[in-house]
Amino acid sequence: MSTIQSWFRIQYKQFHLDTELEFPDEGVTVVFGRSGSGKTTLLRCLAGLERSPTGYMRFGDSVWQDESQNKFVPVHRRPIGMVFQEARLFPHLTVRDNLNYGYRRITPDHRKITFGQVADLMDLHPLLERRPQKLSGGEQQRVAIGRALLTSPRLLLLDEPLANLDAQRKQDILPFLIRLRKEMKLPIVYVTHSLGEVLQLVDTLILLQEGKSVATGPANEVLSRLDLAGKTGPSTVGSVLTTTVAGHETEFGLTRVQYRDQSLYIPEQPLEVGSPLRVHLLAQDISIALGKSETPTSVLNLLPATILEIGPTDPKGSSVNLKLDVGEPILATITRKSLAHLKLKPGMQVYATVKAVKMVHEIEGY
Amino acid sequence: MDFSIIDWQPIWITLKLAATTVSVLLLIGTPVAWWLAHTPSRARVWVEAVVALPLVLPPTVLGFYLLIALGANGVIGGPFQSVTGSSLAFSFAGLVIASTLYSFPFVVQPLQGAFEAAGKTYLEAAWSLRASKWDAFLSVASPMAVRGYLTATVLGFAHTLGEFGVVLMVGGNIPGKTKVVSIAIYDHVEALEYSQAHWLSGGLLLFSFIVLLIVYAFNRRLPVHVS
Repeated sequence: MSTIQSWFRIQYKQFHLDTELEFPDEGVTVVFGRSGSGKTTLLRCLAGLERSPTGYMRFGDSVWQDESQNKFVPVHRRPIGMVFQEARLFPHLTVRDNLNYGYRRITPDHRKITFGQVADLMDLHPLLERRPQKLSGGEQQRVAIGRALLTSPRLLLLDEPLANLDAQRKQDILPFLIRLRKEMKLPIVYVTHSLGEVLQLVDTLILLQEGKSVATGPANEVLSRLDLAGKTGPSTVGSVLTTTVAGHETEFGLTRVQYRDQSLYIPEQPLEVGSPLRVHLLAQDISIALGKSETPTSVLNLLPATILEIGPTDPKGSSVNLKLDVGEPILATITRKSLAHLKLKPGMQVYATVKAVKMVHEIEGY
Repeated sequence: MDFSIIDWQPIWITLKLAATTVSVLLLIGTPVAWWLAHTPSRARVWVEAVVALPLVLPPTVLGFYLLIALGANGVIGGPFQSVTGSSLAFSFAGLVIASTLYSFPFVVQPLQGAFEAAGKTYLEAAWSLRASKWDAFLSVASPMAVRGYLTATVLGFAHTLGEFGVVLMVGGNIPGKTKVVSIAIYDHVEALEYSQAHWLSGGLLLFSFIVLLIVYAFNRRLPVHVS
């Protein structure tokens, strides 16, 4: 498999970046970290906007930076599309001219996507003759993404494209990003401090902390690592399952989804049977039962599970994280009291109960 | 009305001087302002202070040093004379050099402000859209700085029209060569030719006012608001 490989070392007054990375050059790679973790600097290094004095970067077969050979491809010669946190649309040009800015600067034989296709994809037709100042934040960001796409990039770099938008606008943009991932075979590196907004998109996850990459790998592998639980923030401790819609029980308002040989009930989704859907299982929504109870229960989702690992216990805290195998690794948060009471040990066969209504984090197909 | 009492020659020389000076200033001032707006170098504050000197120095001080520098034995005038055989002091070329220095901050400062307001962010966006540095300067930074250019042009032009001390020191008062309107007015007043002084002074006043009026009115209509 072809990859993107890089190492960058940059020393600033308040912070440093010191990363060595290798990740697939396909799908969506999310770089996640708190503010000040160096994620934007990492993205700027990948783009060539910052130059690490001892850096190296390879995209597939082409080397864009190798300081040992004194090689550095300047930004404007790299086949990248960059979308900044603030859309940075040129204020002296109309939306149409902004979109055409990069498009006109590549030779016609390098154009893999047309103006019309991008305008359709990002729904830009009603905006074309307007000035950037007259657009909402969400519209500006759609134009910025379209403008980057029109350079037919081989790598799309997104720097917190949703960060400056309110919750409603985020929901306006997200479907476009999901469409982008689905319809264009374009590797995307997406920097964010909010995992929730990208759970429908992420394939590979890079966790960045104080300028260093602490984990790189398939999203669910990284998310379900006990030693990293908490580093992603309490509302995102949990796992992402890639499932398929198996059927609907409209009379109860439920949809049944399947992964491996297990199935789960979730609130009804407007999706066709067979369509893929990602569900987010929050660790706090998962509890443990020792056996299938004889007593009838209201819980719909009961998955046979094996305890893989028990996380470190904090003597001051009341809870502990467990890693379970339910066909996929998932995390569960239980109390320390329950851990002792049920005498849970790695290797034990138990049941994981999942509250259906809380299961889906974002309800979009991808 | 009797226009024959107006001496047109100083007016023509003044306009020619102001136009030449502004052209030279825009050519030299743009890279200087660009450098000042974008350099991380510590030398920046030194250059900024030097550029601003004509704002505070009495014109006679600047004129005095220029007279020495432009003279037949001066650092600029000496080489010039040995190459061309003519003197820089008391010549039109000398006047252009003097007014360029004298009006330098009036052109550099508005340009620097405009480049700083546009910032590096839009340039980075342009580079990421395949524009080279030069291309990005022409297609993004310059049109975004159009107000700055307008202000710089008008201030440079108007300031050159109004200069007196430096011109007197460097250019002398040679009719048809270096005698500009401000000096002609002074001469008329000295000779008690008040009606001629009125014509020139009133003309300069009206001209300056109309130019500024047009600029301010036009500036409001420009589409680009950076900040």
